[in-house]
Amino acid sequence: MHQLIFSVLTLVSFGFFAFNLRKIAQNIHMGLPLDRADRKADRWRTMLLVALGQKKMFTRPIPALLHLSLYAAFVITQIELVEILVDGISGSHRFFQDSLGGFYTFMISFIEILSVLAFIGTIAFLARRNMLKLPRLSMNELVGWPTLDANLILVFELILLSFIFTMNGADEVLRQQVNQTNGFAISSWFGPLLFGGITDTHTLHVLEQLGWWGHILMVYTFMNYLPYSKHLHIFMAFPNTFYSKLDPKGQFTNMQSVTNEVKLMLDPNADPYASPTADAVPSRFGAKDVTDLTWKNLMDAYSCTECGRCTSACPANSTGKLLSPRKIMMDTRDRMVELGDYKRKNGADTDDGKSLLGNYITEEELWACTSCNACVQECPVNIDPLAIIMDLRRFLVMEESKVPTELTGMLTNIENNGAPWQFAATDRLNWANED
Amino acid sequence: MSIQVRTMADMMASGESPDILFWVGCAGSFDDRAKKITKALVKILNHCKVNFAVLGTEESCTGDPAKRAGNEFTFQMQALMNIEVLNGYEVKKIVTACPHCFNTLKNEYPGLGGTYEVIHHTQLLQDLINTGKLALADNGTFKGKKITFHDPCYLGRANDVYEAPRVLIEKLDAALVEMKRCKTNGLCCGAGGAQMFKEAEKGNKEINIERTEDALETSANIIATGCPFCNTMMTDGIKHFEKEEDVKVMDIAELIANAADL
Repeated sequence: MHQLIFSVLTLVSFGFFAFNLRKIAQNIHMGLPLDRADRKADRWRTMLLVALGQKKMFTRPIPALLHLSLYAAFVITQIELVEILVDGISGSHRFFQDSLGGFYTFMISFIEILSVLAFIGTIAFLARRNMLKLPRLSMNELVGWPTLDANLILVFELILLSFIFTMNGADEVLRQQVNQTNGFAISSWFGPLLFGGITDTHTLHVLEQLGWWGHILMVYTFMNYLPYSKHLHIFMAFPNTFYSKLDPKGQFTNMQSVTNEVKLMLDPNADPYASPTADAVPSRFGAKDVTDLTWKNLMDAYSCTECGRCTSACPANSTGKLLSPRKIMMDTRDRMVELGDYKRKNGADTDDGKSLLGNYITEEELWACTSCNACVQECPVNIDPLAIIMDLRRFLVMEESKVPTELTGMLTNIENNGAPWQFAATDRLNWANED
Repeated sequence: MSIQVRTMADMMASGESPDILFWVGCAGSFDDRAKKITKALVKILNHCKVNFAVLGTEESCTGDPAKRAGNEFTFQMQALMNIEVLNGYEVKKIVTACPHCFNTLKNEYPGLGGTYEVIHHTQLLQDLINTGKLALADNGTFKGKKITFHDPCYLGRANDVYEAPRVLIEKLDAALVEMKRCKTNGLCCGAGGAQMFKEAEKGNKEINIERTEDALETSANIIATGCPFCNTMMTDGIKHFEKEEDVKVMDIAELIANAADL
């Protein structure tokens, strides 16, 4: 009976997770094409260093170490999950214990030690978020769901870890009743400390089963919570760093659609009345909505865990301007999910009449950006908020002609006399003859 | 006093071709403060007998501020016209004292048909000193002075050039003091992304004031920069705190020219 319940639960959990992953993939594919299949070796290296190796986290060592404890515990615990799956389906108890012997004891001990560190890390993160009120973790854009989301994840983790120790602890006491021991690093003393007073074998069995079922139920809950949460970064960090922009940060894209038009303008032999080729005219210049962004911009949005390092490094934000690069990413994700759901319900060619620019992001935010790349530099998973900001600006300027007045003057000067100020091009070399 | 500088057109007329083009940039050509940086660099180039030329009146804005302001049309018009001129003169190597021109020429022109070796003037100066072409005089100009370097975003984070300007400062008889936010963590001066040409959006502080505070905290006597726009922003910041007497804002080229008695 247990095995049946477990198998059904497992199938349903993985099925629902796959269903949501498919939606995420569909949403990302709403974006425009972009070639990031080049330079494979560089991409693997970036992913190994930045995602697996957490390289950029270590610019802030204390949170990095706390984060590392959770991350390591999470990754290593997946090994134990294999046994849980085998035990659950076959009805065995600690399937690998006898065959692996000392190595098994070592692995579970390792997991237990990491779990203790993760427990401490999680408590520290909860305290930092709710008691220390770190500026970047208590900003306007986090009010409501984002804060609840963050706390829920941490609480889930605490429950999950508690179940692990309930399971291993009760199991250890059961063993000791027949003068044996599992010999795991933590539960061999922590188990008796927790449950040593219980002599009733049945109660201990129930506790052990509670721990086992609680653990796996939390794992499945957690897994299926991820697609709705910022915590999805635990998966997305890997593809997102793999597909990182590898060009210099200062290199912005040259819009091919514009090149075609400009070449026509500069070419004296071009026929102005020629009908444009089918692929020459893009739907629009720049981005108004998530469908005008590239798939990588959208993947970025799913990879964001709202840590706010970008925003805390942003010169505009730290001087009180409205812009927050983190909010740009959160808005992009929220809008993408909204539009994706709408399209799945009403058909791929439909549109709900809303847009990222306007309904989510304001002009004032976009015009506060100095394009300094601090946000890009800071992001521990190589998200590029600047690319989105620039594409939205392009739409404002090239499609809507919504340019701040002073910039109109600057642009006119460049067009008329080849400099952002009103100086004659013929005076360009005057400096050589001045004092 | 006029300064000797030849244009590409001159050189071509006499059948010569320079080893390197000095891309002066709009600030370097028209801004009164930046023109001094231009001249300091030209003095060094002349002193070292570098075979260089400028475009003079044939130079035009790279299009950087237009591109950062979101106007890709204006940017590409400028870029394609400049590339035509540069390719016409068969330019191979470019040096510029403006990180914005540097970034655009180096990274954004190749995709439009203009591929050159582009270096920032601090990289050229470092090379001139390393190869023994430029010797710094032991004139004690900077003796006992503290110098801090403000990383221009488009030189540092945008293109990972952090060392050249610092190596040059260390060659002076002065102490290099770092701001708490430097190199990859450097704070913007507030001018990038076309902000130079507009009022800042509503906030509670100007970015250049925030950055000037970082610089003043080091109690440096000189704030060194490698960008004409950073220079303007930091100079304004120093004026805001009425520290013009105590703290000078200078380009690396000016520091080196002074130290070489030029």
